[in-house]
Amino acid sequence: MAKKVLVLAETRDGALRNVSFEAIAAAKEISGGGEVFTVLCGDTVQSLAAELIHFGADRVLVAEDEKLANYTTDGYFQTLKKIIDDESPEAIVFGHTSLGKDLSPRLAARLESGLISDVTGLEQAGENTVFTRPVYSGKAFEKKLISDGLVFVTIRPNNIAPLEKDESRTGDVKSVSVEIKDLRTIVKEVVRKASTGVDLSEAKIIVAGGRGVKSEDGFKPLQELADVLGAAVGASRGACDADYCDYSLQIGQTGKVVTPDLYIACGISGAIQHLAGMSNSKVIVAINKDPEASIFSVADYGIVGDLFEVVPLLTEEFKKVLV
Amino acid sequence: MNIYVILKRTFDTEEKISVSNNKISEDSAEFIINPYDEYAIEEAITLKDAHGGTVTVVTVGDEDSEKELRTALAMGADQAVLISNEDLEAQDQYTTSTVLAAFFKDKEYDIILGGNVAIDNGTGQVGPRLAELLDIPHVTTITKIEISGTTVNIERDVEGDLEKIETSLPLLVTAQQGLNEPRYPSLPGIMKAKKKPLETLDLDDIDIDEDDVEAKTKTVEVYLPPKKEAGKILSGETADQVKELVSLLRNEAKVI
Ligand SMILES: Cc1cc2nc3c(=O)[nH]c(=O)nc-3n(C[C@H](O)[C@H](O)[C@H](O)COP(=O)(O)OP(=O)(O)OC[C@H]3O[C@@H](n4cnc5c(N)ncnc54)[C@H](O)[C@@H]3O)c2cc1C
Ligand SMILES: Cc1cc2nc3c(=O)[nH]c(=O)nc-3n(C[C@H](O)[C@H](O)[C@H](O)COP(=O)(O)OP(=O)(O)OC[C@H]3O[C@@H](n4cnc5c(N)ncnc54)[C@H](O)[C@@H]3O)c2cc1C
Repeated sequence: MAKKVLVLAETRDGALRNVSFEAIAAAKEISGGGEVFTVLCGDTVQSLAAELIHFGADRVLVAEDEKLANYTTDGYFQTLKKIIDDESPEAIVFGHTSLGKDLSPRLAARLESGLISDVTGLEQAGENTVFTRPVYSGKAFEKKLISDGLVFVTIRPNNIAPLEKDESRTGDVKSVSVEIKDLRTIVKEVVRKASTGVDLSEAKIIVAGGRGVKSEDGFKPLQELADVLGAAVGASRGACDADYCDYSLQIGQTGKVVTPDLYIACGISGAIQHLAGMSNSKVIVAINKDPEASIFSVADYGIVGDLFEVVPLLTEEFKKVLV
Repeated sequence: MNIYVILKRTFDTEEKISVSNNKISEDSAEFIINPYDEYAIEEAITLKDAHGGTVTVVTVGDEDSEKELRTALAMGADQAVLISNEDLEAQDQYTTSTVLAAFFKDKEYDIILGGNVAIDNGTGQVGPRLAELLDIPHVTTITKIEISGTTVNIERDVEGDLEKIETSLPLLVTAQQGLNEPRYPSLPGIMKAKKKPLETLDLDDIDIDEDDVEAKTKTVEVYLPPKKEAGKILSGETADQVKELVSLLRNEAKVI
């Protein structure tokens, strides 16, 4: 049965986030040939609508309001609630991002619906879509469905492939106005810490350092390797706690959950809370001087050795082959 | 101040996990207070120390959850409530939050603290769902909170960026790592906890009919990921290992 599906698009630094394109791809599958429409919120975002169409959206609703410049739960809640009331979608897809995690449960509660969070895969089973999600810090998986009522899911970034971009696609772009009142939480200030470079949760390659990196300076060789590979730099909690780098680089249960094609762990022991954030990476390389370190148990390739020796050699070798 | 903490007893995911009958096996599993809820308890006690009042810890769970509630009491909470889920067949986040909302309906609360996510099921839904059902604002993944009068200033973690938020009581917040360092229960604390009030309620006591809170989602399968083949640990001279690794990444794994 064809379904009408709503996708919430997200922006960062004035550009659409990849997870929004992935959400459109997921929505297409859920829709079974029905309509996929995207909601885009912000103060000036109209110009981004076309790209959503190129990635597969049939229609875009643009809600522009200065009160939507920064995400607030109430501002977005009121906007989405109004659109859902007007449009009556049968399914909703958000990214499992900071915003999606904050907003989706609240909306689900108002809509008295189920919500399947942190989805990494989906498949059709008769009338239903069955969703896969990791549980127990990534040690197990479950398959879930919502058998009746609204199908509401959030998808983990970097797991569901976006559709091929097609610039010849066209679709309807319409403005919607929502009267936003009584914001009960006000954003006073946003202190940007995350580097403006590659977004960790969407990076294809990540070079991550742990306590074994030993100092702030110790991250330099990792950064050099990342530069050669066009990768993002990440870190374990151990490195953040020791002040070698900012918490915004933290990967794991408390930090970012990442699923790159290649994850290179340098001087990271592999605690379960760290693994929860990266064990689904497609290929994992571990560089650690302790052959017993648990990171090796999830690694596809391992080098037992001193990272300060191995990483610069690796950078040189990649420089040679990547010219 | 009336301070509440919503607490979940969870499976310790540091333990080995096995699946039987399409369920995660609980035999010989270790259970703990969800680590993010420990931050919530610690912050609740700190708020009480600063502003006075009582700290009540609430959980929806089976009778074994009493152990985790006693631990929270030993840390310094004043009283605990165990809402028994033994009449519930299938329970999802819709269920849990609806049950909690029914409990809070006739309570006076200034602030409710919870964890940002449970480490076993890991959805992070229960806090914001509950806030909506109670029609109070919520702030997720907080790393700092200051209350003066009814004004609340909060710092929250947003994918590594820091957001400063102003809001007011009554309020629900969810704790992120970095909020504080949870204390360990002291020996006198453990002794005192035995005498602190712990009330057990069933669904009737909070006017809930189990049919009204039937899960909206259905789990069709639980499975362990296919066992990863042991990785290749390279050997030989470091320089050769590095060459081999680069070649493997390009030709075998094809990721570069
Ligand atoms: C509630 C909770 C949430 C948490 N969330 C997270 C999270 O999100 N992310 C996270 O990462 N952690 C998290 N942790 C912390 C986690 O338990 C570990 O403490 C942390 O991951 C350890 O970091 P590490 O591997 O860098 O340090 P360590 O465990 O100290 O490991 C350092 C490693 O470096 C190796 N090493 C040292 N020198 C060298 C060298 N010269 N060359 C090569 N190798 C070397 C050592 O052999 C060792 O294996 C959390 C903990 C709790 C309780
Ligand atoms: C008998 C039984 C049957 C179940 N059947 C199913 C099922 O069929 N499908 C399914 O999806 N799940 C099922 N569960 C799991 C259960 O529904 C969820 O674990 C629960 O709803 C909490 O969701 P979560 O783990 O995603 O917590 P999160 O939303 O990630 O938790 C966030 C925070 O909310 C608070 N919180 C969470 N749970 C509780 C609680 N119980 N009491 C008080 N505060 C809490 C804590 O502060 C926690 O840190 C079952 C559980 C039981 C005991």
